[in-house]
Amino acid sequence: MISVLFRRSAVEGQMKKKLRLTLGRNKVKKLLRKLSYSLTVALGISMISSAAIAKTELTMYYPVAVGGALTQTVDAIVADFMSKNPDIEVNAIYSGNYDDTRIKALAALASGNPAQLSVLFSIDVHELRELDAIVPFDDLVSSSEEKAWLNSFYPSLMENGVAAGKTWGIPFQRSTIVMYYNKDAFREAGLDPETPPATWGGLIAAAKALTKDDGSQWGLMIPSTGYPYWMFGALAMQNGQTLMTSSDKTNFDHPDVIEALEVWKSFGEEHKIMPKGIIEWGTLRQNFLEGRTAMMWHSTGNLTTVKKKADFDFGVAMLPAGKRRGTPTGGGNFYIFKDTSDAERKASMKLIKFMTAPENSAKWSVATGYMGVSPDAYETDTLKSYVAAFPPAAVARDQLKYATAEFSTYQTSRVKKGLNDAIQATLVGSKTAKEALTDAQAAAERILKPYR
Amino acid sequence: MKDNVRNFQGWLLFAPAAILLLAFTHYPTVTTFLNSLYTNKSIIRPRRFSGIEGYESMLSDPIFWKVFANNMWLALGTIPTSIGLAIIMALIVNKAIPGRGLLRMAYFTPTMLPMIAVANIWLFFYAPQIGLIDQATSIFGFESINWLGNPSTVLPSIMVMTVWKEAGFFMVFYLAGLQTISPELEEASKLEGSSRWNYFWRVQFPLLLPTTLFVLINAFLNSFKLVDHLFVLTKGGPDNASNLILYYIYETAFSFLDISYASALTIFLLVLLALTALAQFLFIEKRVHYR
Repeated sequence: MISVLFRRSAVEGQMKKKLRLTLGRNKVKKLLRKLSYSLTVALGISMISSAAIAKTELTMYYPVAVGGALTQTVDAIVADFMSKNPDIEVNAIYSGNYDDTRIKALAALASGNPAQLSVLFSIDVHELRELDAIVPFDDLVSSSEEKAWLNSFYPSLMENGVAAGKTWGIPFQRSTIVMYYNKDAFREAGLDPETPPATWGGLIAAAKALTKDDGSQWGLMIPSTGYPYWMFGALAMQNGQTLMTSSDKTNFDHPDVIEALEVWKSFGEEHKIMPKGIIEWGTLRQNFLEGRTAMMWHSTGNLTTVKKKADFDFGVAMLPAGKRRGTPTGGGNFYIFKDTSDAERKASMKLIKFMTAPENSAKWSVATGYMGVSPDAYETDTLKSYVAAFPPAAVARDQLKYATAEFSTYQTSRVKKGLNDAIQATLVGSKTAKEALTDAQAAAERILKPYR
Repeated sequence: MKDNVRNFQGWLLFAPAAILLLAFTHYPTVTTFLNSLYTNKSIIRPRRFSGIEGYESMLSDPIFWKVFANNMWLALGTIPTSIGLAIIMALIVNKAIPGRGLLRMAYFTPTMLPMIAVANIWLFFYAPQIGLIDQATSIFGFESINWLGNPSTVLPSIMVMTVWKEAGFFMVFYLAGLQTISPELEEASKLEGSSRWNYFWRVQFPLLLPTTLFVLINAFLNSFKLVDHLFVLTKGGPDNASNLILYYIYETAFSFLDISYASALTIFLLVLLALTALAQFLFIEKRVHYR
């Protein structure tokens, strides 16, 4: 009895299974039919739409190195561009600091889904060329009008974009180092707030007057993390030397360069106008805003944020002179990638021209503190009236005549790290300036030799 | 026939995990190893087979030895402390005390925060003068210390932050471990007149050894794996005083674009971690009571 029951249920089970299978098959057929139908419709629609407006799609990565709400400014300019050029679709992707952005752009390149253009560090030009990743703008400009455009920028901003006789980068978010100073603190210390120090001697004297014995206020802070080589480029230039003599030759062990590093160290050790050791790039602005330092050297890209947040009267000055005045330029350039179609290159050029046009460059400068990239930008009403009301906005530009290219060689990142390590080792006292820079020079020689 | 179907089903069930493992673990490992045997490709210099040259230059690279030593110090400095703290915290929140839930949450909060956010918070703790720590110590007249800017304090500073971040995570495992211990044991030890310490040392701690083994392996792996905070805090500086192996690999691969050397470093790290995990399983496993 039991066995019969069992067997019957087993048979029933098998029948049910068969039934389910056939049901299943029918369902699948139906599904496939539906799917193929909707696929045809979708294809049809997309063909129609692409025929109606042949949109060129551009992906652009860009960095922000100084913080603040800079992404909104970029988004606004890009949105403006798209409304004026409905045939071009731009995805502007904020991607961290300069290093992060390069990594993302290169990763996109390797993935076969590349960006067409990007704002990358101006000093990355040699590494990007070595990777065969970018095209020179000389090959993209044809009309005389376009050639004139290529010459419309400040020449010192073009320096970092030029290699092997061609132009590979168009300046966009460009800066110099400027000296922010707290006018209230100057008054309190009996200094004239309208004549900031213009020489190293004047700087040390003023900073001594500004430094309080209880350590609540320092005279000066120069950041030594993040971009120490950049700050050092300024000091070396002020001592009459550049950090590299060509894209394959560094100049770290020149006596005047070594002396410049000794001067930097002496601010903390001998003159006691600056905290000893390392000063953090990321928190320096906060230090200045909280009155912990009366002067700071920082990127002009910070200007608008400092202006918004400072609850005291502050000024901006050119960096002081040693043997001469000097600062490196800094910041990001536009690059166009090689792996692009003609249409994409044309569209990219359109976008770059738009974003570096005087009016937009002026807007960008007002929103951030970065420089207008061409003399024409300072002739716009936007920037004219802004500079008239807020003279510090013109300091970075005025300083351009003393500016030099930012440190950049083949294998820049690695050579740069050697220099950064040397600067930090000197400032914390684990090596002398001479030892550290001689070692860095030797390391740079090893890296750069194959490129000569 | 039936066996075949069952086998097939088995493989089917295994497939998703296997595909993921192959695609994202084994394949990259093999290509990394191959990359470490070749030089980098660029338009100036073509790619060529270089054998163990990458590994040789690793051995003569002072920065490599520096970051390796740093990593070992970090492991030594963080693992015992965070395990000790985790046990203490677990013992506290295992008791029936008022506000227990709140306390558990408080201990666990650092773990839930993303490392980058944590690093940004601690950046302002450690900042000289404006930082929380300096402002607190300045009340007592201590001089301002540049915690992250001094080669001798930067690594300990990072250890403190790591312990703060990790201890809460390990606490959860210990808490779970403690709750599997039968309360009869505690009653029995009380009846026998055993001291609190004796009960912990003779009963609880040995019974928690499986947890400790698990936590130990995790902590060791984490001390090599966690470098997110370096991006925010120090970028490995000053002069590599806080640089760690993984961050150095990242720098080499993505800043210096030296994939070949980065691959050699990666293989070294992989072998190191595999060997330690193996050693831990083989040697400590024998002394662990599983029930």
